[in-house]
Amino acid sequence: MSTMMDKELENAGEVPDNRVTSALSEYFAKVRGGDVGALPAVLGLVVLALVFTALRSETFPTAFNFGNLLNQGAGVIVIAMGLVFVLLLGEIDLSAGYTAGTAGAVLGVAVTTHGWPWWAGVVVCLATGAFIGLIIGLLVARMGIPSFVVTLALFLALQGVLLQVVGEGGQIALTDPTILAVMNKNMPVWLGWTLYVVVIVVYGGLTFRRMVTRRANGLHAERTTVWAFKFASLVILLGIVVYLLSIERSVNPAVTSITGVPVVVPLLLVLLVGTTLLLNRTSFGRHIYAVGGNAEAARRSGINVANIRLACFVICSTMAAVAGIVIGSRDNGITPNTGGGQTLLYAVGAAVIGGTSLFGGKGRTLDAIIGGLVVAIIANGMALLNQPAGVVYFVTGLVLLVAASVDALSRRRTASTGR
Amino acid sequence: MTMPAPDFGPTTTDEPLLSLRGVTKSFGAVEVLREVNLDVRLGKVTALVGDNGAGKSTLIKGVAGIHTFDGGDYRYEGESVHITSPKQANALGIEVVYQDLALCDNLDIVENMFLGREITSAGLLDDATMEKRANETLAGLSVRTVKSVRQKVASLSGGQRQTVAIARSVLWNSKLVILDEPTAALGVAQTEQVLKLVRRLADNGLAVILISHNMNDVLQVADDIAVLYLGRMATQVDAKKVTHAQVVELITTGRLSTDPPPAAVAVAEEESTNSAVTNDQEDQS
Repeated sequence: MSTMMDKELENAGEVPDNRVTSALSEYFAKVRGGDVGALPAVLGLVVLALVFTALRSETFPTAFNFGNLLNQGAGVIVIAMGLVFVLLLGEIDLSAGYTAGTAGAVLGVAVTTHGWPWWAGVVVCLATGAFIGLIIGLLVARMGIPSFVVTLALFLALQGVLLQVVGEGGQIALTDPTILAVMNKNMPVWLGWTLYVVVIVVYGGLTFRRMVTRRANGLHAERTTVWAFKFASLVILLGIVVYLLSIERSVNPAVTSITGVPVVVPLLLVLLVGTTLLLNRTSFGRHIYAVGGNAEAARRSGINVANIRLACFVICSTMAAVAGIVIGSRDNGITPNTGGGQTLLYAVGAAVIGGTSLFGGKGRTLDAIIGGLVVAIIANGMALLNQPAGVVYFVTGLVLLVAASVDALSRRRTASTGR
Repeated sequence: MTMPAPDFGPTTTDEPLLSLRGVTKSFGAVEVLREVNLDVRLGKVTALVGDNGAGKSTLIKGVAGIHTFDGGDYRYEGESVHITSPKQANALGIEVVYQDLALCDNLDIVENMFLGREITSAGLLDDATMEKRANETLAGLSVRTVKSVRQKVASLSGGQRQTVAIARSVLWNSKLVILDEPTAALGVAQTEQVLKLVRRLADNGLAVILISHNMNDVLQVADDIAVLYLGRMATQVDAKKVTHAQVVELITTGRLSTDPPPAAVAVAEEESTNSAVTNDQEDQS
């Protein structure tokens, strides 16, 4: 008992100092305590990139392949970003993949079959997603059916809907140039760099101002060196990405020239900023974390837990509908298999690999992007190694298991160290 | 500690903040509260004691608006009020700290303190203001045991969690804070800290209702002791005027035999301490 008191006295007397070493040791203590965040995913990304570079030095680390990687991962990443919302509650949405397919089919029917303008098609597509989310949310939050069962049922039911709408062995072609541009066009090189500068300046400016004003108000603020390190890393990392995407990456530049940041990148950026703002800077987002952490405490604090659940399922399915547009654009159409196969597993994997907890209460949409890139690199690299699909599935499954184990272990560690 | 009142009986210095008169509550055929009277004053800690099933929880839930009393008069700040929901009670400045604390482990101290009542500006969370107010509140309660208000609640000790839960309850200009067994799960040092905090709440001018099974805690910190016995208010007495043994006797029999001779007190005290311990153990299970 006296040690406990001593420790608290010690803590009380501790003055936060401004050295980088203490920032680093604080971070390591956090990681040791089980709060690993996106660290395993980032390490995995680096290791995978190095391994595939070593094994396929002539095809993997090329600008062409890098551009491909983003396109291959985009659909899964968008679904994963939506899944973060339900995973934060400790729930699951197994139907998100076929929600993407179904919403994509609605888009196809509207734009291709009925000749609607693209924006009207997008509106009904998103509305379809929101409607599916509303049904799931009502069944889970109001009826009290476990989300696992509800979404498993919808996984099958939506597969049926998609098959009925598209027709067996059929396809709804997407020919609208705006829709196709999402995954098949790139921004001009100058626009890519302009976007880069805007992102850097806005991010740097906002975080710096926040740090300075918080310090002026005598509040807990980031150390300047830590901020500078983060900012510099972002400048360099994004700079490399934009540079790689800006150089000529066509296999045969004489025939077609491919340069510039793919159109899907600003789309992902908008989704990332929007969801991050929603989760971190609004009461609604705070309440999502609270419900995921301790639903009873949230209820007693006057939070309408059922409404939060409902809203999260609507957001998840609407994001899946966005993914439907992305996948449809990439495949130039919708088939009965759009959003099926391993799509959902990859998306859940992406979120979990990125550090979103399956137990709820922990996760960010940025993690879904990092995790999605890990999944995309595995699929891409294994394909370059000429591995059969079976091996790719097997390896991806193992990676998902590893990620879930890291999640469970870090949770146990958190419980034991009280962090 | 305040000076003891001259008479054997509740301290009658001024108009009570909360005054219950003849309050009743039944669940079906079971009469849980029968004609209960209770006075709670600003600046005083009123301990509410009683054996299991005496009606403490029901009484508190009625005050906090979770249940509605069937009959009797509920007077608050001198006015008769009818409270039917927790929100209504909160609006009057009544806050309850439940035994399980209702904190979210994955959120930090500031986030927990403002949960459900976040301060926003232009639709976005105003974290700076919330953090400042959390710091001010903790400083006002002389809390120095938490290192940073930005640490996750998961990393806090039991006493620190209790501190956060209590600090949350005083954040909203509350006048009456109800604490349900705040020291039940704590060690010796942490119990001491929490009791000091409870005393400080009252010294800061709040009215405090403390529910506890631990007579040592009660006698250490309370100004008034209200004893419930089988749904009746056995008595509400000045804590200075009763001994440990007498309180235990009130809890177990609902009345006080004539003052025992000095020689017998020690024995009775020892016996009742034992029985109190037994009671405690039963309560824990």
